[in-house]
Amino acid sequence: MTEKKLHLAVGSFVLAGCFALVLLVVQVAGFSFTQDQGSYTLKAKFDNIGGLKVRSPVKLGGVVVGRVEAISLDAKSYTPVVTLRMDQQYGFYPETSSLSILTAGLLGEQFIGLRPGFMDDDIELLGEGDFIDDTKSALVLEDLIGQFLFSIQDNSKE
Amino acid sequence: MGQLVQIRDMSFAREQRILFDNLNLDIAQGKITAILGPSGIGKTTLLKLIGGQLTPSSGDILFSGESVCRAKRAQLYQMRRKMGLLFQSGALFPELTVFENVAFPLREHTQLTEPVLQTLVRMKLESVGLRGAEQLMATELSGGMGRRVALARATALDPELMMYDEPFAGQDPISMGVLLKLIRDLNQSLGLTSIVVSHDVTEVLEIADYVYVLADKTIIAQGTADGIKSNQDPRLVQFINGLPNGPVPFHYPASDFLKDLAAQ
Amino acid sequence: MINQIQRIGERSINFVTRLGVAGLMLVNALFSQPNWKFLRLVGLQVYNLGVLSLPIILVAGLFIGMVLGLQGYNVLVSYGAEQSLGTMVALSLLRELGPVVTALLFAGRAGSALTAEVGLMKATEQISSMEMMAVDPFKRIIAPRFWAGVLSMPVLAFMFSMIAIWGGSFVGVDWKGIDSGGFWSVMQASVDIHQDIFYGFIKSTVFAFVIVWVALYNGYYAKPSSAGISEATTRTVVNASLMVLALDFILTILMYG
Ligand SMILES: Nc1ncnc2c1ncn2[C@@H]1O[C@H](COP(=O)(O)OP(=O)(O)OP(=O)(O)O)[C@@H](O)[C@H]1O
Ligand SMILES: [Mg+2]
Repeated sequence: MTEKKLHLAVGSFVLAGCFALVLLVVQVAGFSFTQDQGSYTLKAKFDNIGGLKVRSPVKLGGVVVGRVEAISLDAKSYTPVVTLRMDQQYGFYPETSSLSILTAGLLGEQFIGLRPGFMDDDIELLGEGDFIDDTKSALVLEDLIGQFLFSIQDNSKE
Repeated sequence: MGQLVQIRDMSFAREQRILFDNLNLDIAQGKITAILGPSGIGKTTLLKLIGGQLTPSSGDILFSGESVCRAKRAQLYQMRRKMGLLFQSGALFPELTVFENVAFPLREHTQLTEPVLQTLVRMKLESVGLRGAEQLMATELSGGMGRRVALARATALDPELMMYDEPFAGQDPISMGVLLKLIRDLNQSLGLTSIVVSHDVTEVLEIADYVYVLADKTIIAQGTADGIKSNQDPRLVQFINGLPNGPVPFHYPASDFLKDLAAQ
Repeated sequence: MINQIQRIGERSINFVTRLGVAGLMLVNALFSQPNWKFLRLVGLQVYNLGVLSLPIILVAGLFIGMVLGLQGYNVLVSYGAEQSLGTMVALSLLRELGPVVTALLFAGRAGSALTAEVGLMKATEQISSMEMMAVDPFKRIIAPRFWAGVLSMPVLAFMFSMIAIWGGSFVGVDWKGIDSGGFWSVMQASVDIHQDIFYGFIKSTVFAFVIVWVALYNGYYAKPSSAGISEATTRTVVNASLMVLALDFILTILMYG
């Protein structure tokens, strides 16, 4: 084993390792090296967040525009408060926008769907730390089944 | 002339078996000192004690006035730079060539340029008659050749104290003559202090300035080579003349063989 | 009874002494000042431990990834959730299988070699003779191997995960026909650099630390005989593997609660 061959082998090994790491970061974790355009937070209160978790995506028409940053409980009203970190590159949303907790598929992960509201002259855009008031809670399977049974009973009475 | 190595009231035991009991021994600076003794008496052990690889249970060993046993790690390594030990087994690095084996201590401790280093290594190999074998792997050497390479390696840094553990084992008469001359030359030209452990009594007595004979955990005789030869101690006479029966036991301590057999 | 207590005492004293010696060895390895010569030695060992382990790591990674893809697909498809195959493969590899399987293979391939090498060096007095040439074997033999191991393992683990994920995508996308865009984008949406890649890196570094330490300790203090060395080699593989698995459990608790 000559010195040169050794250096070549060790050098390639280290480079291949770095290459694997970069590949993992870019291809597997989906990290993009394009400039991070910054972000801002929004907050929202839900009656029930179901299976929502930190890092669950916020989607607008299927595009991920932000992620859940924190979940806490408002001690006075006993309602969950969800903090969202929104990507600035997609811009800002009017205060009439609404959020709903949706499920991908029947058993899939839960995520937040964002529906932008209408724009008008006297309607402002949501900024850092603002609350979105119009929210729809997660569907809870048990409630759903309960409602379903209830409606069957109603139907049979008629 | 001072004493390079002084051993003071040193005791050492290996797993219950006491090898040395209050040993006192001096190695004179610039002289060749021979250490003789029956096999298994602890000669190799003594060299390792001087090199600081083993620690005596009591007593002290001084190298140029400094204690080897109580030295800190860094100090000990500083002292070892001035020592060379030819291992009984040679202990060459099998994955290196003969050349690289001899170059090893030079590469570790000096910043010599490659041409100077090559010249130096070839000189050392030439002195043991193995310059032609420099590209062989250490595993491709015969036993005798290996020990000569080990000798070249041990002397590579021209240490102040050179310890030879059985330098003549496995050498033919010619190489033995060459090695004897080499040891004497190193000693005279460079003023090395040498300790030679060997079973080749007549040859060693030829070059030794002073001789210690070890047996029974301590020194049974010491003196100049001539003094030892004319000593009439029966143990010494037996050892030097190689007689099987006498006061020095040939056997490793054991219970009586006949009794053992009878007991079975 | 008293004898047994005595034996327990002896064992515990031995154990503590061993720990002390192993700690001393580690400290010596960690605090040897680096210079060019040292880096060269580390490079040589990266070759021995890392580069030479590459084939087994890559082949094992490929097969494990493919099996994971196939089994995952079969389970997920019955829930109609085969889109999540990428996520499942990537997360299980990055968080667990990558670091752990690499560590187990590394212990078997490189750890055993380290123990045998150092043990034989000790048995043939090479280490002794080095000491007598005033070359500190902790710095010359132990430290470069230690650092090389700690450097190589994470690199191997990355390569393992990468090729295994590729193997999973091969089965899922090319064979079973999951949509390739879906496979990768669902994976990308759920894999996090910090939570998954970085934590996996931490795990493999910790495992490397333990494996190399165990291997070098066992080699250095092996009994100087053929049986002693073979016993030490076995002990390295067994101890290192068990420690890796136990540590993985602890680290997983700490990281993912
Ligand atoms: N590693 C060891 N562990 C335990 N005992 C040992 C060890 N090495 C040597 N001994 C014992 O120490 C004693 C002295 O050994 P040593 O090698 O010093 O003898 P020696 O005088 O050099 O013999 P020889 O002339 O045959 O080389 C022997 O009885 C041996 O059994
Ligand atoms: Mg001996």
